[in-house]
Amino acid sequence: MVNSVLLHEVGEYPKAVQETLRLLRREKIEQPVIFVGAGTCGIAAGSNQTISAINEYLNENNIHAAVIEVGCIGLCSAEPIVDVQIPGKNRIAFGNITAGKVNNLLDAVFNNTLPDEGALYQYPGPNLVLWEAVPLQSEVPFFKNQKRVVLEQCGIIDPDNIEEYIARGGYRSFVKAIRNYTSLDICNLIDESGLKGRGGGGFPTGQKWKITYNTPSDQKYLICNADESDPGTFMDRALIEGDPHRLIEGMGIAAYAVGANQAYVYIRAEYPETMSTLEKAISQARDYGLIGANILDSGFSFYLNIRIGAGAFVCGEETALINSIEGKRGTPQPKPPHPAVKGLFGKPTVVNNVETLANVPAIVCNGPAWFNAMGTENSKGTKVFAVTGKARYTGLIEVAMGTTLKTIVYDIVGGIKDYKRFKAIQIGGPSGACLDESCLSICVDYEALRNEGAMMGSGGLVVMDETTCMVDVAKFFMNFLQNESCGKCIPCREGTRRMLEILESITRKPVDDAKHETLERFKGVMMLEELAEVIRDTSLCGLGQTAPNPVLSTLKYFREEYEEHIFDRKCRAGVCKGLRTYVIDTDRCTGCTICFRKCPVNAIIGTQRNPHFIVQDKCIGCGICYDFCKFNAINSK
Amino acid sequence: MIFNIEVNNKEIKARKGETILEALERNGITVPTLCHMEGFSPTGACRICVVEVEGKNALIPACSYPVEEWMKIKTHSPRVIKARRTIVEMLLSNHPDDCLYCERNGNCELQYLAIGLNVRERRFAGKKTVHKKDLSSPGMVRNPSKCILCGRCVRVCEEKMIVSAIDFIRRGSRMVIGTKANHGFNNQSCISCGQCIMVCPTGALYERSRLADLQDALHNPDKKVVVHVSPTISVSLAEEFGLRPGKDLNGLISSALRKIGFDRVFDTTFAVDLYVLEMATELSRRIADGIPGPMISACCPAWVQFVETFHPELIPRLTTTRSPQQLMGALIKNLGPGLLNVDATEIFNVSVMPCTAKKYESQREEMTVNGLIHTDVVLTTRELASLIKLHGIDIQNIETELDDPPFNIRSSAGKLAGASGGIAESLARTLHFILAGDEMFDLKISELRQGNSRKEVYLTMGSHQIGIAAVSGISEAVKLMDEIRAGRKDLHFVEVMTCPGGCVNGGGQHIGASDRDIRARLKSLYDYDDKEPVRVAHKNASVHDLFRNHLDYPVSDKALAMLHTTFKRSNATE
Repeated sequence: MVNSVLLHEVGEYPKAVQETLRLLRREKIEQPVIFVGAGTCGIAAGSNQTISAINEYLNENNIHAAVIEVGCIGLCSAEPIVDVQIPGKNRIAFGNITAGKVNNLLDAVFNNTLPDEGALYQYPGPNLVLWEAVPLQSEVPFFKNQKRVVLEQCGIIDPDNIEEYIARGGYRSFVKAIRNYTSLDICNLIDESGLKGRGGGGFPTGQKWKITYNTPSDQKYLICNADESDPGTFMDRALIEGDPHRLIEGMGIAAYAVGANQAYVYIRAEYPETMSTLEKAISQARDYGLIGANILDSGFSFYLNIRIGAGAFVCGEETALINSIEGKRGTPQPKPPHPAVKGLFGKPTVVNNVETLANVPAIVCNGPAWFNAMGTENSKGTKVFAVTGKARYTGLIEVAMGTTLKTIVYDIVGGIKDYKRFKAIQIGGPSGACLDESCLSICVDYEALRNEGAMMGSGGLVVMDETTCMVDVAKFFMNFLQNESCGKCIPCREGTRRMLEILESITRKPVDDAKHETLERFKGVMMLEELAEVIRDTSLCGLGQTAPNPVLSTLKYFREEYEEHIFDRKCRAGVCKGLRTYVIDTDRCTGCTICFRKCPVNAIIGTQRNPHFIVQDKCIGCGICYDFCKFNAINSK
Repeated sequence: MIFNIEVNNKEIKARKGETILEALERNGITVPTLCHMEGFSPTGACRICVVEVEGKNALIPACSYPVEEWMKIKTHSPRVIKARRTIVEMLLSNHPDDCLYCERNGNCELQYLAIGLNVRERRFAGKKTVHKKDLSSPGMVRNPSKCILCGRCVRVCEEKMIVSAIDFIRRGSRMVIGTKANHGFNNQSCISCGQCIMVCPTGALYERSRLADLQDALHNPDKKVVVHVSPTISVSLAEEFGLRPGKDLNGLISSALRKIGFDRVFDTTFAVDLYVLEMATELSRRIADGIPGPMISACCPAWVQFVETFHPELIPRLTTTRSPQQLMGALIKNLGPGLLNVDATEIFNVSVMPCTAKKYESQREEMTVNGLIHTDVVLTTRELASLIKLHGIDIQNIETELDDPPFNIRSSAGKLAGASGGIAESLARTLHFILAGDEMFDLKISELRQGNSRKEVYLTMGSHQIGIAAVSGISEAVKLMDEIRAGRKDLHFVEVMTCPGGCVNGGGQHIGASDRDIRARLKSLYDYDDKEPVRVAHKNASVHDLFRNHLDYPVSDKALAMLHTTFKRSNATE
């Protein structure tokens, strides 16, 4: 069927084909279909058990229905999400369907009613009946303010079925590109669209492609960087798990545009689910003749292979990634020469992020003007973010460039969980910046973020509430970066280590002030900014150059918290254990001796039935006494 | 293409394609470097050479960034100097503060940097990484605590020696340069060439010193301590005393050694003549027997170990003649008792070599006689210098002395052994005499003196057309071996020296010598050949005496028993 669909215009299909396509798009179904969110986030929430429960229910009740595992729709905090579509009615989504809730849910839906918990939303379909009192997906606040281009089909289509993708217009751009355009046309088209690299650097994609296109060589390579390792980011994973063919199509177009016929997806070994989904998709595309020699008689050959990264953060840096694919130690190389000129095995190589490549089919399909119309003056299109932390809804969102952080935090993800106060938002991964409330009016834009000392990064957004200590946050990210530094260049290797030590020293329990250590500590703090500056100025790769960002940005926006830690020896969020002091309220203490017995350092003295006392010099602030006291007699300061 | 760039508000000329550092150096502007090595791929690891380039946000490493026409560079702006100093301070914050006890005290690039950047205060305190020393190798010691991870040793080992005995392991602040599975130098593929020592900026790599053992022997009245000095030492020791590079200290060294208390002072160059004569005879027999393929020299123990480890199929091609050091060892331990009127166990044989691999060679199982080790202690050039200093001898103000018979006479050809191509040249002269029956018309073979890592020459010797090649650096040797494996048949003899340029640049020589210093050493060696009357190994009277009195004739059964050795496959890489 593929040839007839891909090689003809939409209107030209015979009726039988059109009917098949409608079935594939599920505009018409013959038996009920149950979709289960079974991406990595779904599995973590228990979707495997949910699926077994569904199958059991169907067997018991002798109902014939298709069960389809789909990727992540983005609302990860509501996983496992189960969508049900019964013939004639709209597809409807239900959240948090753990195995125990399956029977109730399916009982209700197959009887054309809703379960007590209600539904999340429904998808409108042509000629299908609406569920009453259930909002459309586009009306739900989480989706209303989003602009889904890359994620358009994520969580909706079956990622393991290439025909579904083709039925929804997939691979049409690829075929159009290799049949109707020259390589240079595509480079120009992407350049005009204003697409910039979504991996963090923000280099114009079209220009990068043109450099490789214009570099003469017998062999060129395309690499898709799916080595997503920032803590709290999962855009690439969700995208590949939800809609792998979009990536393959984008890579096909990119390879054609730069003149590469060998492409690699560099994916981290920690993504086994993602890898198997992608492998399946690649083999399907191969079976359909969309990967291989002389694709659809166009004369263009395209081979795609997966390369597995052993799990180093720095291998997300393109030169380190290339070293890793070559089988060398994953350390960055000095640039120039840029990979676009001299990359993998010394040949011109384009390295693009998953999201960048996933944007390409839509741009080729809808034209550069369509893409250009979205976003701000120097940032076009949309951006996918992985929102984690203390937000009410966490998950994957896609917004048009120019959307303010406020919209994201308060409208899309529903503000802060548990009615706490907003404190900070961390954007751009571990080497991004922590912004405070005053920065929420900033919009998602490469320039605007850079002006605030932040960066777009690959798209991690961590929402923090008042129970977060910003010094602790800086320490966490510094620790991460220090562990993940490849160790090649001195500023990053030694500098991040010293910065981490300084942060540790100000969050540690202060020792006797008379000792030399106090002086060293103050000296260290004075050095923080200077160290940060040199690391940023001199490091070899982007990881090192941005490594001081967590410290610099928290120092900029939350300086008073640092000062409290240093001068008042106090952590306002109560996170830094070393700075906590515990005092026993003598009126409440009954002398039960439980704290006396539990204290790991024997810092509590007292006798039975008499109030106890904590020796502050010995106390390490672990809080065990606080946790064990049954009479609330221990106060934390 | 030549264009102007602006550096420190002045225009300088730059060539397209060169790095900023090259342009600056040509124009006399010095920028400190650490990880940079000429002739090796830039890694941009140390960031010491950063400069400020207008229009660039970050500082730019001069060693790896190509010059471009628009560039306006500041090499010593306050921002640059602060960055460089902070980087050095960061290194120092993780460096053991034991300069006074350090092998490299006074000749340390980290010290030079700290002095040059005026580091006067410890601003960064913190934990220091402590590692165990690797004392497993007889030739070299590795002290990773002092390593600043510039990676120069790794690159030499990989790019020049293609051994890759050491590489980076782990990452971040836990990164360390280590050996395979952390088994120690001696238990894996290291060939002890010592080139890593030569490029190490700090005291993280140095030779395994045997001075203490030597001192014990010198003060032991029951021991007769004899010493023989490699042909290269006389032209390379001077630099250790701050004298002009290449200055010849022949005779002075002998005098100094006697003052130190050695009972006999011999010249290893005698053994080089013996080596060449024995090997030339061996080769002439191979040629007569029609054995195909070239014979390969085996005087370089690092090369021998490389062959045994990586290319055991080449073992039958190696000459079985022992290296000069071990020839001396065999002679001293076999004939010494008669010469010195003592028991063989009482002879303590010391050799002074420009080499760390010789320390390894002396410990090989084959290099013993009746359970006695042939060469008890091997000293490097550096150790000899500290021994002389230790004994308070002013090398410039002593009289020259002659070596002791019977191993004192040498030809100038033997002296050439210090240069890559020298053994080949000497062998060519003797082989010509054997094959053609007369001396070569012009003894100087310029083809074996010019060029870098590979030298080749074709000579007519009687009815034979003989092809001779000399290579230095294992990478070049392997290239040549690949050619031979691919069917090249025109070569009869290949001389391989592991160290680039030969023993004058050996792993035991003065650290910090420039290319020009090495050339000065070479010139001194070649000067011998121009000045002296005996220029061929086969006219060495002492060698003739040796054969007449003890060994009958070259490659006789007696000679085979005493002067030849065996090789065996090593399983170090398995």
